[in-house]
Amino acid sequence: MATYTAARREAKQGYVMIAPTLIYALVLLAAPLLTILAFSFFKDGYLTVIREVTLANYIAVWTDPIFRAILLRSLCVAVMVTALTVGTAYPIAYFLSFGVSPGKKSFWLFLITIPFWTSYLVRVFLWKVIMGYNGVINSGFEMLGLMGDGRLFEDPFRMLSTMPAIAVTLAHCYAPFAILPIFVALEKIDRSLHEAGRDLGESRWTTFLRVTLPLSMPGVVAAVLVVFIPVIGDYVTPELIGGGKLPMVANMIQAQMLPLDNKPMGSAIAVSAMVTVTVIALIFVGLVRIFVKGAK
Amino acid sequence: MKVSGLKCYAYLYLLFLYAPILLLPIFAFNDGTVIAFPLKGVTFEWFGQMWENETLRRALTNSLIIGTSSAVLATILGLFAARATTRYRFPGKGPITALIMLPLVLPEIMVGSSLLIVLLGLGVDLSIVTVILGHALIATPFCIALLSTALGSLDRSLEEAALDLGETKWSTFWLVILPLVMPGIISSLLIGFVISMDEFIIAFFLAGNEPTLPTYIFSQLRFPKAIPMIMALGTCLVVLSVVLLTIAEYFRRSGLARAGLKDTGGFL
Amino acid sequence: MSDRKPMIEFNDIQKFYGEYHALRGITATIREGEFFSLLGPSGCGKTTLLRTIAGFEDISSGAVLIDGHDMAQVPPNKRSTNMVFQSYAIFPHLTVAQNVTFGLRRDPRTKAEKAGLVEDMLGKVGLAGYGKRAAHALSGGQRQRVALARALILKPKVLLLDEPMSALDRKIREQMQVELIKLQRDLGITFVLVTHDQEEALVMSDRIAVMFEGEIAQLDDPETLYRKPASRRVAEFIGAMNFLDAEVIGQADDGITVVVDGLGQVVLSHSQVSTAHDGTVAVGFRPETMTILQDGQTSDGLETLGVIEEVVYYGDMTYYDVRLNNGKRSVRISMRNLFGRTIPDIGANVRVAWSPGALILFQ
Repeated sequence: MATYTAARREAKQGYVMIAPTLIYALVLLAAPLLTILAFSFFKDGYLTVIREVTLANYIAVWTDPIFRAILLRSLCVAVMVTALTVGTAYPIAYFLSFGVSPGKKSFWLFLITIPFWTSYLVRVFLWKVIMGYNGVINSGFEMLGLMGDGRLFEDPFRMLSTMPAIAVTLAHCYAPFAILPIFVALEKIDRSLHEAGRDLGESRWTTFLRVTLPLSMPGVVAAVLVVFIPVIGDYVTPELIGGGKLPMVANMIQAQMLPLDNKPMGSAIAVSAMVTVTVIALIFVGLVRIFVKGAK
Repeated sequence: MKVSGLKCYAYLYLLFLYAPILLLPIFAFNDGTVIAFPLKGVTFEWFGQMWENETLRRALTNSLIIGTSSAVLATILGLFAARATTRYRFPGKGPITALIMLPLVLPEIMVGSSLLIVLLGLGVDLSIVTVILGHALIATPFCIALLSTALGSLDRSLEEAALDLGETKWSTFWLVILPLVMPGIISSLLIGFVISMDEFIIAFFLAGNEPTLPTYIFSQLRFPKAIPMIMALGTCLVVLSVVLLTIAEYFRRSGLARAGLKDTGGFL
Repeated sequence: MSDRKPMIEFNDIQKFYGEYHALRGITATIREGEFFSLLGPSGCGKTTLLRTIAGFEDISSGAVLIDGHDMAQVPPNKRSTNMVFQSYAIFPHLTVAQNVTFGLRRDPRTKAEKAGLVEDMLGKVGLAGYGKRAAHALSGGQRQRVALARALILKPKVLLLDEPMSALDRKIREQMQVELIKLQRDLGITFVLVTHDQEEALVMSDRIAVMFEGEIAQLDDPETLYRKPASRRVAEFIGAMNFLDAEVIGQADDGITVVVDGLGQVVLSHSQVSTAHDGTVAVGFRPETMTILQDGQTSDGLETLGVIEEVVYYGDMTYYDVRLNNGKRSVRISMRNLFGRTIPDIGANVRVAWSPGALILFQ
């Protein structure tokens, strides 16, 4: 009886301490998300919502070829962005962890995080400037005399309103999200494991493959999730870089929620997209767990 | 050999990360209405235009109010959560933390649209207050991450020592914990402020008719004539962010130094 | 010493962490002005017991009395005990002087008076003139001195020290041990020290409680603890001890007759029998109680024959593993390397002098 009082008192203090934040999150995060879930089963009346449970929204969403095309495009972009971001981030994280002296690590991390904190909209817009028809890249080629009739490139590149352009822009935005978890995972690896790997006859490269990579997998998985899930919901980049011609899920949700004011439909799209993303993410985590030992 | 190859790659990667930011001031001072090369000479016209713009000033005021309020709110919420998770064990800690940290991965459009539905359903008028509520929600996880580091690195026997020397729990908090965590609190406030100043989607959904800096910028990006001024504004914002982040980083490091710890990483 | 009044009394203290039984019925008394040590391997409950005195640890049942008062409802900040923490817990945002004066915040004396007290106390711990230093720039030994000054300035009835020496280098540790003893003698305050280092406990303490698995195995002064350990386990934990298989063949009023492997038949007095019973019967003796005789050297005691099996040279000492009279196991004998003494080689046949009075019977 007396045995458990200390633990119980500690738990009580813990609950009291976390209560303000928890209540805030319940009221302003959990409740709204549940409301969206509920709305997705309601019917849209003009200017109001009819509280009548129906699957009509979901049927409409999933039979709509436009939605399917947009969802597929969003997923494609998200996969591209994730592959690009994580693929390019890994060497950077590796460099930070192994190639930078301990005293300089936080400076490098600081350098890498700064662009992430500077005006998102302006950054996206500048990618439009860089990749535009008479933008930095094209005019650069022109200045170098590589472009024009009979030169290396005949015409300026049309880069905007393409999926790769969207992917590059988003990869830029989410870079720190990919670098940091991998860096943290690499930092946790005991340095003597590398020496042990070399000592046991592995080359640098095979040591990397057999020791470093598997041990850093948890970081890679975290990076993938932290990039893949939010990218699906990006609104600004398709709007600015895609020029509105390549909408993604977020643009569709926004259109239903605000201009069209069909909130049940918007909710159904949001829920469908989030469920799809979550399922894909879970499948990914499951596959990694099966194939890579050492990943948790 | 291998590391120097990696180093070249790292510099190229930094160039990729900084390319947009480096271009920004170039166009902000360029004496031409079209954002393209070649450049046409130096002008301060766009900064002047920016200064005189009435709507922009209003957006700036709103953003400052929202940024400050949501930073304070998020830091207070973050302090409670960080203290609870670093100091106490209780059942359900995992799921509770997961819920609070969820905005870190949840697309902002989900936060924005779901809050919109609830607020409209409750008959709450959209204003900068609703934006503050939303921004505090998404900034809290970042604040928690920063404050957990600060609180987690506190030696628990420091608190016990204060109690042992006759202080109460409350005075221990004021005399020992707060001063030691202060650098973390300051960087948390700054990060919360920067996040809010830069957030677009939630403000877009929840601000009603009130402009904030990002929603104002977004509305102007459609008009080619307004772009040079936006470049000037962007330059100012970048400078502001860099200054604030440098201060935040300074406090984070001095906090570690005070606690006598080695630096192990940056933000997040 | 034993006539002094009790300062701390433990009455049947039980402590559970969930299912884990950390303290199993501790009953003991620490007297006023005593240097008392809680000694044991890690996880034996010694730090938990210390923390129950300070009030940082609730007890599941039983009572802790300080100076005759039950501490059950008294929080740490109201107890007349102060603690030197294992990590020293020096407030890193304050100067040395601010750290030392931390506990005097509610004291009505003037600032100048307090400053004088601080300077005085810093002098006592060997840190005169360090008041203005930033606390985070101090070395380990200096931190410990600040922690001492900070606790002692409040004139506690009891000073609690939680493994205070464990983070120090060996040289500084030995120096601090001596300083602590002097400080305790000068101030006359009751010191309670937690340590896992038996040497440290022997050097510093008036009395030592040896703890295993949440229980006090033996509570005695250092000499008794060393000469007459209550059990095999205590004997092994404090110093080194040889154990030889033995068989009791006769009990009488004037002594116990025992046949010891390698030594033959011996009569031991009743005072040579350990109090605790751990099952097997064995006879133990300390390595320094036997002497390997040089050629021609004689002894007043008994002599037996042995073969050197191993020689370990330590500079001032040499340890020999010797098999006595083809016994079942060899024993370790330690000898000082006195000038002119030759060290026998491995395999050498030697005569060993011993005395039955140095033997302890464990049963």
